[in-house]
Parts: sequence; C-alpha cells; structure tokens
Amino acid sequence: MNPSQRKHYTACFAFLLLLLVLFLAVNLLTGSTAIPPREVFRALFGAGGADTARSIVRNIRLPRLLSALILGGALSVAGFQLQTFFANPIAGPFVLGISSGSKLVVALVMIACLRFGMAVSSGMLIAAAFLGAMLCMGIILLAAGRVRNMAVLIVCGVMIGYICTAVTDILVTFADDSNIVNLHNWSMGSFSGIGWSGVRTASVTVAFAMACAVFLAKPMGAYQLGEDYARSMGVEIRRFRISLILLSSLLSACVTAFSGPISFVGVAVPHLMKNLFRTAKPLIMIPACFLGGGVFCLFCDLVARTLFAPAELSISSVTAVFGVPVVLSMLLSRKRR
Amino acid sequence: MSDVPFLHTDELSAGYGATVVLDGVEVALSPGEILTVIAPNGMGKSTLLKTLIRQLPALSGAVYLDGLSLTSYTERELAKKSAAVLTGRPEPEKMTCEEVVSAGRYPYTGRLGILSAADIQAVEEAMELVHVLPLRERDFNRLSDGQRQRVLLARAIAQNPKLLVMDEPTSFLDIRHKLEFLHLLKNLVREKQIAAVLSMHELDLAQKFSDTVLCLRDGHVDRFGTPEEIFSGGYIEQLFQVEYGSYDGRFGSLEPPHISGSPQVFVIGGGGTGIPVYRALNRKGIPFAAGVLQENDLEYPVAAALASVVVSEHAFEPVGEEAVEKAKAILLACREVICPLPGFGSDNRRNEELLILARENNLLKT
Repeated sequence: MNPSQRKHYTACFAFLLLLLVLFLAVNLLTGSTAIPPREVFRALFGAGGADTARSIVRNIRLPRLLSALILGGALSVAGFQLQTFFANPIAGPFVLGISSGSKLVVALVMIACLRFGMAVSSGMLIAAAFLGAMLCMGIILLAAGRVRNMAVLIVCGVMIGYICTAVTDILVTFADDSNIVNLHNWSMGSFSGIGWSGVRTASVTVAFAMACAVFLAKPMGAYQLGEDYARSMGVEIRRFRISLILLSSLLSACVTAFSGPISFVGVAVPHLMKNLFRTAKPLIMIPACFLGGGVFCLFCDLVARTLFAPAELSISSVTAVFGVPVVLSMLLSRKRR
Repeated sequence: MSDVPFLHTDELSAGYGATVVLDGVEVALSPGEILTVIAPNGMGKSTLLKTLIRQLPALSGAVYLDGLSLTSYTERELAKKSAAVLTGRPEPEKMTCEEVVSAGRYPYTGRLGILSAADIQAVEEAMELVHVLPLRERDFNRLSDGQRQRVLLARAIAQNPKLLVMDEPTSFLDIRHKLEFLHLLKNLVREKQIAAVLSMHELDLAQKFSDTVLCLRDGHVDRFGTPEEIFSGGYIEQLFQVEYGSYDGRFGSLEPPHISGSPQVFVIGGGGTGIPVYRALNRKGIPFAAGVLQENDLEYPVAAALASVVVSEHAFEPVGEEAVEKAKAILLACREVICPLPGFGSDNRRNEELLILARENNLLKT
C-alpha cells in the first residue's frame, strides 16, 4: 500500500463515517410521529422527557436504525464474500437464492411455533435461517461444480429463489393465525419489529462473523488470483472454501432471520465500494462493505418509512429501486470492456 | 553441493483420481537449471507439473524437494520453497501489478497479510529483476500478454522459491516477448540458483534455453536428457509422430511435406538463394527438382525436405561430373528452369553448364 493509496482509503472511510453519522441522525429525527430534535436528544441521553417520545425513540427508532446498520452491513459483506468465492460480480445472497432459502425455513419454523403456541427465540430464527441458507448453498455449489458458466449459476440461484418464495407465499397464505400480518410483513422484508433482544442477538452474531471475516481476508486476497494460484501460495483451499461459505451463509442468514430477505444490497454495495475505494483488497473491502451496507440500508429504510408515511414500503422494494441501477450499470460497463 | 538433486521423483505416477496419466516418472533437477517438458498434446505435461507442486497428489511413488518428500511439507513450507506460473489467466478485479506481485509474499506475512518492510523490499526487487517496476501502478487486467506474463513471473519470484514451475509460460507471447521472457528466466535461474521446470510447445526455444529436456509419450517418460541428445537423429519427428512434413532438429524448423511426382521445374540454387523459390513452388503444389547442391549447402536441408528430387554433391567437394550429368537429364525433362543464383564460384562452377543448357532449350524463366 503506497502513501497515495493510504490517503485515498482514509478519505473514503472518513466519507463513509460522515454519511453514517448523517443518516443515523436523520433516521433518529424522522418518523410518523413528529418529535422535535430537543426531545429526541433528551429521550436518548436525559432522564426526563415525555414518555411517548422517549418510548418511540428508545424502543422503536433506535433498535430499528441499529438493525438497519448491522444487518445492512452484514448483507454487503456476505455479498462481497460470495462474489469472491464464485469469482462472479453479481453473486449475492439474494441473487443466489440463499436469502429465499432462509426465508422458507424461517417461515416454516415460525408457523410451526405459532401453531403449537411456542415462543420463537431469535436464536431459533438464526438457526432456521442458517439451515435454509446452507440448503440453498448446497444446491448452488452442486450446480457450480457442474457448470462453470457464471450466467447459468445466477439463473440457478434466481430459480431457487423463486421456488422458495413461492412455497413461502403458500405457507403464509394458509397459515391460520392472528400473527399472519407480522409474518407477511417479515416475508416481504422490513427492519420494523426487531426489538432490543433481536438487536442484541444480531449484533453478537454479526460481530463474531465479522471478526472471522477479517481473518479470512488474507486467503481471500490470494483467492482473487484464482484457486490454483491461491493453492500455490500456501492457502489451505478446502478449509478456506468451507469457512467462507459458512461465514457468508451465517451473515445472510442472520439478516433474513430478523428482517426478511433484502434484495440487491449484497451486489450493489460491494460494487459501489470497489469503485469508491478503487480496490478489491479484502482487508479494505470488508470494513468498507460493512459501513457502506449500513449507510445504504439506513438510507433505504428512511425512504421506506417516510416516502408514503404513514404507509410503509417494504425495504426490499426500496433497495431494489436503488440497487438494480447500480447492478445494471456494472453489467453494462463490463460488457463494454 | 550434495549428490542428491534438489528435485527428483521416484517411480512417480501422476493423474486424476483413478486415471493414471503418467507412470514411472524419474526425473532429477539441480538448482540453477532449467528442465523443459515437451510432449504431444494430451500426454500429461500439465498433469506432471501440477503433481510436482502438489496441486495434484501423486498417485504412487514420490516427489522429493530439497531431500524431503512433498507429502511431508505443510502448505506454507511448500509455498516458501516452490512457486508457479500457471496456464490459467487470472483476472483479478481492480488489482495493480504491484498488488499482484505482493500476493507472492503470502507465505511470509502474518495472519492479516500485512506486508513488512522486508516484504515490500522483496516485491520491489522481484519487479526490478523482471523489469516491471514501471508497471507497478497499472491495472493488471489491462496489461498486454507479454507484460502480464512478466508480472506473473515477478509474483512467483517474490515468493522467493527454490523451485519454479511454469506451465507453457511463452504460449501467448510474440517472438520478441518469447525471447525476452526466456532470456530473463535463464538469467534469473542462474543468479538465484532456482530449479525451474517448464512445459513448452516451442521446440526450437526449448532446445536453446533448457539444460535438460523431458519427453513424455503414451503415459511414460520417453526420453530424458540434454537438448543435444534429444534434438538429434530425427527423434523429435518420432516423438510427435510427424507424418506430414518434417522437423529439422538442428534448426528447429518445420517443413511441410514435399509434393511428389515427376519434377516440372528445375531450380539451380545454392547458398540460400533457392529457399524462397522452393517454398513458393511447394505452396503452389508444383513438384520440382533442385541441384546441384553440396550436402553442406545452407539450403540443402530445405531442398531435401521440399524437392521431389535433389541432385547433390558430397559435402565440401566441388560439383563434379556425375552430379552434373544427372542434373542435366532431369533438367531436360522439366518444362521450366529457375536460377536464382546471381553468379557462380569455383565450387559450383559446373552448375553454369546447367544454366547454359536451359537457355539453349528455351527453358529458362526470367
């Protein structure tokens, strides 16, 4: 890393942090109930203040923006990992059907628990989502072993996604419970309805996965030159591949467990970050994608909440609206080259 | 130096899974030497190279590197001893050449892969040695093939290997870059005392740059020896089962098959002047005769390969009576005579008789 690169990276990180602070503040200050900034400040740090304002800020806005930050970050990192793994710039948890697989198993578990009157813990949700992610990942890996064509792989992922979404829809339609509304909202994707316990579980899981991701940055860098070169440089390829798959599945499962499937963040954000930082070096990209994903989801959640307030859009529709143009422009610019 | 070579194999079988591609391979290589593997397509060159750096496990037998069996190395130890330039062309996203070369420091860096001052120096030295220092900031994906191959060589050198394995490193390069690359490699291997194993399709270059040559054929080592041993006695034609045309091991030149049939054109050549004429006639599919040429004439091998009849004289002897009479007979049976020679000297004086004869019979084409 030469001095000019280092300067550029520092500037980019500073820029992202600035955006992060900005969106955190705006998200705290806006909502369906108008609360003056002074009240928000007091609700956050002071002891007094109106009870409703305090409860809205502390129990609704704060957990929601933290979820958007953590889960958005996790999703982007998972996307970056999958792109490196498949050497394919449009691979991502949503595109490959991994999010939808998680969604299906989580919906199954939720419906079963509701039917038998059991409480659904956030740990159970993550476990279910992870199981679903691994199942879909297994199918994708089988397909990848069979065909080396990157377009075919993506089509496989999209197909798996469709099947899982269709089955989930059927399940949700026939689930006879009063909680069906929640289930429906969740299956469309939303950062609402994640309480403090959810935030806690999500942040512990994501923090663990991120720490592991940082230690995988070195072999990931070697892997960018291709599997054979990585091996000739001393990467234990089997262990690396398994770790990367487990980690990216865990990260995307965690997102799906809490917020439902969120589209295109995992593809668009890493691409934006690579262009911003002008590098694909994993040690830089992992924190960059985390920050960028957080900022992107905070922004999208803001739009989802406020554009047609009090009606709320599903987060996935907003991320698609902003993410798809990025993905398309990337594909088109690749073609030109 | 001990007597045990730096790299050697013992009854090595190489292949994929249950499929044995090569069997009973015995090779040895010392530091500072280049071993080139040549073989017809599909005879296991890549398989052998991959087995030498453990990208493929040995099916039976063993590879010994620096006295130890390859199986006893950890990934990291092996990466410190051996490096590779492979056939696949990596297309890393947004990587500068310097970053590609830096990747070679992988076995030396810590858990996060951050380069130390010593690593940075090693990278710089490697780039300097291979003359790619001016490319350090360039996007690797935007290099020409020649530059890319040199950067990949620098990457391998940055790994500080004692064994360098390269699968067809010159295949996509033009002649200038082929020569440059191999010249660079030769110096590097000598200076750093690296043992290099490469595979190549360019037989002429293999002959000129290798210290030893390994020939594979039908699942085994057909021959293993110095270029002088391999590129002689028509062995190469036999190894590659050349059926149409011929290969001259002395010059590394390939010739198409000659046009058979009774000669229609007689060429009075010599000293290389006839070569373009022979090639043109061969291309047009016209059978021709050439003569009289001494067997040590520069163009004799080409004439022998392309002409349906060559009238020759013994090496270092002036053209004599017997040869001239024979040539005259053939010449008169032709419908045309071509003489690219500007003049005659004491050794081929009698060829002038052929020219005069052609003129008298209105056969000479001007």
